[in-house]
Amino acid sequence: MSDTTIEQPATPEPEMEIPAGYDDGQDHIGLPHHTTTGLSNTKLAMWLFLGSECLLFGGLISTYMLYRNRQGDAIGPDQLWDIPFTSATSFILLMSSLTMVLAVSAAKRKDERGTRLWLTVTALLGGLFLAGQVYEFTVFYREGLGYTTSLFSSSFYTLTGFHGVHVAVGIIMLLSLVGMLAKGRVLGDKAETVEMIGLYWHFVDVVWIVIFTLVYLIPA
Amino acid sequence: MAIIERPTDTPALAGAGAAVVTPSSSYGYFRRPVQTTGWRSWVFTVDHKKIGIMYGVVAMVFFFIGGFEALLIRAQLAQADGTILSADKYNQMFTMHATTMVFLFVMPMAAAFANYMMPLQIGARDVAFPRLNALSLWTFVFGGIFINTSWILGGAADGGWFMYAPNSSVPFSPTNGVDFWTLGLLMTGVASQVGAVNLIVTALNMRAPGMTLMRMPIFTWMALVVQFLLLFAIPVITVALFLLLFQRNFDATFFSVADGADPLLWQHLFWLFGHPEVYILVLPSFGIISEVLPTFSRKPLFGYPFVVFSGAAIGLVGFGVWAHHMFAAGLGPISVAVFSVATMAIAVPTGVKIINWTLTMWGGKLWFSTAMLFAVGLIVQFTIGGLSGVTHAVAPSDTQQTDTYYIVAHFHYVIFGGAVLGLFSGMYYWWPKVFGRMLSEKWGRWNFWLMIIGMNLTFGPMHIIGLQGQPRRMYLWTENRAGEGFFNLGFWNLVSSIGSLILGIGAVLFLVNVWVSRKNPPAPADPWDARSLEWITTNPPKEHNFDRIPTVHALDEFFHRKYEDVGEDGKHDYKKVRTGEEVVEIEEANAEAHIHLPSPSYWPIILSFGMFIICYGVIYSTLLLAAGAAIAILALFGWALEPPTADDSEFEPPSSDGGQPSKELAHV
Repeated sequence: MSDTTIEQPATPEPEMEIPAGYDDGQDHIGLPHHTTTGLSNTKLAMWLFLGSECLLFGGLISTYMLYRNRQGDAIGPDQLWDIPFTSATSFILLMSSLTMVLAVSAAKRKDERGTRLWLTVTALLGGLFLAGQVYEFTVFYREGLGYTTSLFSSSFYTLTGFHGVHVAVGIIMLLSLVGMLAKGRVLGDKAETVEMIGLYWHFVDVVWIVIFTLVYLIPA
Repeated sequence: MAIIERPTDTPALAGAGAAVVTPSSSYGYFRRPVQTTGWRSWVFTVDHKKIGIMYGVVAMVFFFIGGFEALLIRAQLAQADGTILSADKYNQMFTMHATTMVFLFVMPMAAAFANYMMPLQIGARDVAFPRLNALSLWTFVFGGIFINTSWILGGAADGGWFMYAPNSSVPFSPTNGVDFWTLGLLMTGVASQVGAVNLIVTALNMRAPGMTLMRMPIFTWMALVVQFLLLFAIPVITVALFLLLFQRNFDATFFSVADGADPLLWQHLFWLFGHPEVYILVLPSFGIISEVLPTFSRKPLFGYPFVVFSGAAIGLVGFGVWAHHMFAAGLGPISVAVFSVATMAIAVPTGVKIINWTLTMWGGKLWFSTAMLFAVGLIVQFTIGGLSGVTHAVAPSDTQQTDTYYIVAHFHYVIFGGAVLGLFSGMYYWWPKVFGRMLSEKWGRWNFWLMIIGMNLTFGPMHIIGLQGQPRRMYLWTENRAGEGFFNLGFWNLVSSIGSLILGIGAVLFLVNVWVSRKNPPAPADPWDARSLEWITTNPPKEHNFDRIPTVHALDEFFHRKYEDVGEDGKHDYKKVRTGEEVVEIEEANAEAHIHLPSPSYWPIILSFGMFIICYGVIYSTLLLAAGAAIAILALFGWALEPPTADDSEFEPPSSDGGQPSKELAHV
């Protein structure tokens, strides 16, 4: 369609100024540096993912808050909660955040042994928390709180269950990472890989603080 | 896959006896796929362009499936006491029509454009996470197939696209249809979610040097806003879908009103997703026509920052208006008033956009190509839909309109008149970019006019039908209640059904156009005298997109490379100094060496397939579920152990001898 005539022959384009870091002839896919924001792609992606996870737990928590007192004649939260026990498991989960930080710190120092050690300890603490949750669920079930007993029970098990699954996925990731580190199969920046799983882990812990407060500590 | 300009005078393998070719490494279970031609090069690809094309093709298939369902609905309603569909089949038909059009056509078609165009528009060689991109595609494809297999496995979902609970609980919908719907939407939700993370990172992190946020092409901007909407809306419907799934399959009680459940819970969760969804559907099209209108008006987009920020404002306010879908649900006067006002407020940024488009055209040298016709069609049709939308924002008036055909008229004007016309505009505009050939303008005009006439005949009368009180989702209407004279329901229903046939023919003409245009001569490099960055490369783009990553100096970079400002005394007067071909040639002459692209992978499609099997397992058997989970877990570990880009030594011949490596992975 181009009806505009070209009056002069096209001149070669003048050499353009290219910012440092771009003109090395390499493309930058998958590399942690040279991104527009300076954040690595994986880190930005993890933050975005965690942002959307907030909405997932937001929906589940809202459902629970709506139904927390709707147990009809069935057993309710006040007869069930064992605050000291759940506080203890919550404390264990919070401590796992500390060990996770130690793992990230060791990874940044390139202390491979320390990284693997602290990752394993984190996974163990997470496993302890999960064991506590399974125990707690068993006790509640024996006391008459089945999944289908009441609106309260369905929403309680769904909310804490979703959180438990998140912890379980975290444990699998931690242990896989330990194995991959031991075999030297981690691709790219090891410290950053550890940090990514750390971000996820801390998020799961923070969500538990919210759940613990809203579900257990605030009286029904 | 590495792409390097192989020196044409050097045979690739001759005399390279010393070079050692190592086979592509095995990561866990398989060797990496290496095919560059044939079906394997598509199925295992991680190239955003191929993925975009596949997204588009599959979405098109679903468009015609959904259109066929619509024609059946209109055939049933063409006359009083229709007998084509039973009440049950009719319920399934309108549910699947809406589900297909929303989740399996408009969303993935917008994803197709975003996938293909966003990296090109920001000067990147691919998206941030190419394998996740492939995962999005295949999860969407399998999710769409999964939902549609319910037709042959006992009947499709029948609760309407918003699937209100408790109406969708087992007693009211005993077939597996709703389960198929729930699980299928969870899968397409995964696809959207993964795609959203991927494209946001791409737009924020992968821009070419000089491409600041306020120099980003407007389509990329709108696509970015949409990805944020998806990121925060999808998890909410995920919660709702899980609750429904647990209710139906594990006897949870979330929606058991007898136990004291609140029936508004589903509505709030659904519409908290559902209203942002409306903007998820329409904003990509707004972006497309904001590219098309300036190009064919020979003017820059009027008020680019306003279009950007009104798009972002629509996205933000879009999260605060969901309850206007529930005015008839008894929310109480305060809630209704607040959401009513918020809904009117969101009309403002939308109006801003319409003014910007109109003023872009004002005083321009208009060129009514088919793409431009669709873009102008969008402005007109969407404005009609927007106006009826404002009548819904007024709560008392909405109470009268709720669940009538007036609502159906409204959302078809905004979704068909807005989203779909915009997508077709994008098809005609970018077809030469994607396929290297122009679509026929002659057939394009028939395509456009039949679709416009068809849609107005189909959806226009629905305003009248609705205000006369015909409820939506009723499988028949009777003559003795049809009214008389101008407002006779029978007449307008017949008009609407005839209109839908014209609309259907118009849509099929697009396929005809694709067919008759398949042997058109190669398109010129710059057929439309376009403005944005995606045109600074060949048609279709090379596998590595750009021979040299362009450095961006301005908004409308391509335009400014072609035109120079020769105006004096502060006046602008742009004169063309070189053609688009020449701009592309300059880039080719300065090509970069050693461009490594991410390598193809088996894992995305295998992981999606695992999810597909898991979904059948949830409905039919725990054994199947375990098998699907095993596939998915294997795929996850294979994925984690596989480097995104193959090693240099795996290319044939390897680059270690100092020569140019070929573009192909070794077939050893």
